[in-house]
Amino acid sequence: MSLDPSFVGRTYPPTAPYQVGREKIREFATAIGATDPAHHDPEAARALGHRDLIAPPTFPVVVTMAASRQIIEDPALGVDYSRVVHGDQRFAYTRPVLAGDELVCVNTIEDVSSRGGHGFLTTRTEVTTSAGEPVVTAWSKIVVRGEG
Amino acid sequence: MELPAKTFRVTRADLVRYAGASGDFNPIHWSDRIATKVGLPGVIAHGMFTMALVGRAVAEWAGAPDAVLDYGVRFTRPVVVPDDDEGTEIEVTAVVREVTEDGLTRLDVTATCLGEKVLSQARATVRTAR
Repeated sequence: MSLDPSFVGRTYPPTAPYQVGREKIREFATAIGATDPAHHDPEAARALGHRDLIAPPTFPVVVTMAASRQIIEDPALGVDYSRVVHGDQRFAYTRPVLAGDELVCVNTIEDVSSRGGHGFLTTRTEVTTSAGEPVVTAWSKIVVRGEG
Repeated sequence: MELPAKTFRVTRADLVRYAGASGDFNPIHWSDRIATKVGLPGVIAHGMFTMALVGRAVAEWAGAPDAVLDYGVRFTRPVVVPDDDEGTEIEVTAVVREVTEDGLTRLDVTATCLGEKVLSQARATVRTAR
């Protein structure tokens, strides 16, 4: 599958704010077996100097995966989602995501390439609070597998 | 320095729970019918679930839930999860690559399932424990 390299550098409009709730952090932490009290008990998080529950390191994917639909579903780019495989994922944290955060994502296409009949798409997502405070930057590389 | 290995058991129930918690409802993570139709041996774990388990190991090694500053992986091989009570197992190990003067520890992490690496270039930077 070949993707149009002219999309490199394209930045999409900010996503609608995502409200990070305590119960979502608890649910996510429970699903991955993260029992540290700072994911479940606000007092434990405050004892570490945070104002509310701390989300586990990969929690931002809840927000960034939803945000990436902007790109995956961009008809001009034409990604066939049924052929998408996750290649790489990276997070660089300014601070942990906390309960009570209102997060906004800005997606940029960093790289587009084709090799061996497969398309490769690298996106960078700047996750900030709605007030503009940086929280985490996520990079995701997906592979769009070629036909046959 | 090598850090003590950690083992995570993964069953179908874990995948269903992770699907709900993460919002990733791709059927290859719960339907054998669909997974085999797209050429997989069967239902596979979400790559991000494996990354989350490894992230837990990293935070536990670092000794604090907020110590992870940078964390990245490449998904190289699917984790196949059979539909039985045992599921499968992911083993995670790490070596300390560098401890910097400004308080950072860099880890090279290895995650295997049935003896095969499921991640490559798995690296984390954590705040060095005081």
